[in-house]
Amino acid sequence: MQHSPALETNTGLDNRKLLMWLFLASECLFFGSLIAAYLLYRDKSVTGPYPEDLFDIPFTSVSAFILLMSSVTMVLALAAVQRGDQHGLRIWLFTTAFLGILFVSGQAFEFTEFNREGLSLSTNLFGTTFFVLTGFHGAHVTVGVLILLSLFVMAQRGRLTQAESLHVELAGLYWHFVDIVWIVIFTLVYLIQP
Amino acid sequence: MTLAEFRGIKPAIGEGGQAAEPVHRQGAHPGPAEYVKIGLTLATVTAVEVAVYYIDALSDVLVPILVVLSALKFSLVVMWFMHLKFDNRLFSTFFVGGLILVAALFVVVLATLGGALV
Amino acid sequence: MARAIEQKPSPILEALRRLRADAASYRGIWSWITTVDHKRIGIMYGVTALAFFVLGGIEALLLRLQLSTPNGEVLNPDQYNRIFTMHGTTMIFLVVMPLSAAFFNLLTPLMIGARDVAFPRLNAFSYWVFLAGGIFMNASFFTGGNILQGELGAPDAGWFGYAPLTLSRFSPGEGVDFWALGLLILGVSSMAAGFNFIVTILNMRAPGMTLFRMPLFVWMTLVTSFLIIFAMPVITVALFELLFDRLFDANFFNVEKGGTPLLWQHMFWLFGHPEVYILILPAMGIVSEVLPTFSRKPLFGYPFVVFSGIAIAFMSWGVWAHHMYTTGLGAVANSAFGVSTILIAIPTGVKIFNWLATLWGGSINLKTPLYFAVGFIAMFTIGGLTGVTHSIVPSDYQQQDTYYIVSHLHQVLFGGAIFGLFAGIYYWYPKFTGKMLYEGLGQLQFWLMFIGFNVTFQPMMILGLIGMPRRIYSYPEGQGFDTGNLVATVGAFMIAFSVLIFIINVIATARRKERAEADPWDGRTLEWSLPSPVPPYNFAEIPTVHALDDFWHQKYAEDERGRPVPVVAGGSGEAEEEEHAEGHGIHMPSPSFFPLISALGLPIIATGLIYDPAIVAVGAAVLVVGIYGWALEPATE
Repeated sequence: MQHSPALETNTGLDNRKLLMWLFLASECLFFGSLIAAYLLYRDKSVTGPYPEDLFDIPFTSVSAFILLMSSVTMVLALAAVQRGDQHGLRIWLFTTAFLGILFVSGQAFEFTEFNREGLSLSTNLFGTTFFVLTGFHGAHVTVGVLILLSLFVMAQRGRLTQAESLHVELAGLYWHFVDIVWIVIFTLVYLIQP
Repeated sequence: MTLAEFRGIKPAIGEGGQAAEPVHRQGAHPGPAEYVKIGLTLATVTAVEVAVYYIDALSDVLVPILVVLSALKFSLVVMWFMHLKFDNRLFSTFFVGGLILVAALFVVVLATLGGALV
Repeated sequence: MARAIEQKPSPILEALRRLRADAASYRGIWSWITTVDHKRIGIMYGVTALAFFVLGGIEALLLRLQLSTPNGEVLNPDQYNRIFTMHGTTMIFLVVMPLSAAFFNLLTPLMIGARDVAFPRLNAFSYWVFLAGGIFMNASFFTGGNILQGELGAPDAGWFGYAPLTLSRFSPGEGVDFWALGLLILGVSSMAAGFNFIVTILNMRAPGMTLFRMPLFVWMTLVTSFLIIFAMPVITVALFELLFDRLFDANFFNVEKGGTPLLWQHMFWLFGHPEVYILILPAMGIVSEVLPTFSRKPLFGYPFVVFSGIAIAFMSWGVWAHHMYTTGLGAVANSAFGVSTILIAIPTGVKIFNWLATLWGGSINLKTPLYFAVGFIAMFTIGGLTGVTHSIVPSDYQQQDTYYIVSHLHQVLFGGAIFGLFAGIYYWYPKFTGKMLYEGLGQLQFWLMFIGFNVTFQPMMILGLIGMPRRIYSYPEGQGFDTGNLVATVGAFMIAFSVLIFIINVIATARRKERAEADPWDGRTLEWSLPSPVPPYNFAEIPTVHALDDFWHQKYAEDERGRPVPVVAGGSGEAEEEEHAEGHGIHMPSPSFFPLISALGLPIIATGLIYDPAIVAVGAAVLVVGIYGWALEPATE
């Protein structure tokens, strides 16, 4: 049942790929709600620190750039496995995971910096909405990294061949989604300030 | 008879478990070269966004410019990296449907609660 | 997924493999614990939901006893608040939704001519997570102190959990934490099921079964599943926001730091209104199956009933703030939502007229499923009409937070959803158990339930309109509330008695010797072409479908006057063939432990979040082990 090749389904689409897109559609509602809470409370904090006090745009720009580049390496990994290039697959999978780890580390650094400068979940509305929104995003990236590393291990053991390229494709869809959420967050939260 | 036979489709040899979507909407399937080009575009647009952020003269039009630029990046990743441009329309329906739904709902919520929209 | 490991298996893996092989034999407790068969999962959902129905019913009886007289002393205010919170939460999330899920599970693959759902292990996971969530939430009763002395720990802020009451400062203790975390767990269950059924319905229909040849119940399953996957994320975020406020001192709803409790109400009802359609659409689907069979006529206006269901689902997103008219949204918002709410009555009305037209001129077979289905139409119409009265803003200003609303919601959820679900239970009971429920006891249950229901909830309309507020633990004398409340309590006990009749019916049926035939009601849809109970592989041969109500057309042609004329050798003959079709070499998905193991991780994590972070780590580990085991195990062996 789970392995219905696409040809045997009414839509011609693989069950698992359809599942992933439905999941991503529902995740739009999840992140959309969190972003809405941020936008609702933007500029409403009664006390500081405020975004303009804390944001380090150059730093965050670099981490945004890193996550974007990880989408490139992700799609290169997919292209590799689809043409049977196991070596390329492993390299690009690992690079994507590595870039993801860099991104999450950057987030962790940013969180601790802001915390040192007096911003916590409880300080004000900015602290609450910022940490929850970017925290859930970071958690999604972390799960993505775990998935990528698992795929990397499978590839190392020769179990991620051209025939199993769907797994890479599905991981890619999830990874790109997490990236586009960051595109939205980077603009709405960091670049567009009150 | 199986569904495949009923639909008159003969499976190609060596298909394996690979998801075969018989309907590709666009012709040329992007390859690594195209992906790298898109990656460079993404990097450039990001740089422009950050530059616009710093240019005081543009501060009045900052918001529309940034919204357009990030919408561009969003679309590039969704349509090319996530392959939505070339895949079955059903995926686009679900995904865009989710986006439109959440945007519509929260525009109303924010309008009602007096929150800043952008 | 991954190819089987080509090395000597460890003794543990070997033992697990043998247990799985035994489980595949469908005998013994392990076969239930590891099942991935949609029929068994459906039965487990149904039995569990009915158990929670009894629990929620007992809670209701306690509430009614307390309110039967002015200044009642059966429950103190604290106990009352906890019990009415759990009554509502239980009935919605642990009864109606899982009963609907039971029918999605039992019927969808059969009605579309499939052998199982798209993701059988995910399906099992949905059930185990539901069970875990229900147990977790009810465990809260025991956390308040000595339960035998009436010290309860359950959540006490209502099933709708409004902020700021739910914040730590006004709800100290763990009750609300159990509520929020329990709902998060249940949300995972619902979403997994939602995804599963959408993929199943879109991808796994038998050859020839186009979307417009699907039974109406399958359409409602599809529509409800879309509502679930889009609505649940919103309540998920709301619950996380509440938990962050409670556990980590965040400020989402904290007025002192500039937050607004109205954000909770918006988020909750953005979910909550689609939720009520999630609760009613499956029952409407059941009614749409029962009426044609017992009128021996096709569903009148099938495409209109389909499109109405779709319209209701779309429109359900546009009405949520009608729960918030009295919160000061302003005239523009109130008017807009008033209009949208009135409009959503239209597709609902279309369905009702189509149901009536289905019955009209039909050859009526007066059996218990039909009684419940017709009861649904009558009660839901009344409930819907009172809903229209709520939609009118100034009118709602008087009705909001009164017993008039309590009457409305029970009219649609009990007179509607529960009646519809009982229609389904009586209708499909023979298909899945091989026995017919006793008709006499069924009719007795119906009449007792129907009369009891009306005796309970119609007086509440008057009570509400003369000013009795809801969510109060007692009322003083001399307000004019006394008689109505006493009558309502009597009705509640009639309902309880009717449920007892149902339980007696089930027990007596279990002992009866006569087996049901494959097609006892002369049904129209594919499940009736299979033996009762259905073999594990469902169809020996996947059918090719040529029309809506294909099975009916296999059995009957029509004469010049449009009346059904039996076709020779159509219908049940096939069922006998099916029975001898064992050992076809049909490969079914293997049973698995991992859905259960993964599901266990969630309540452990939740417990850790309330009591001890170390337990979170344990739960996370269980979850990860479960997921990795699931991912690496072959789906069929």
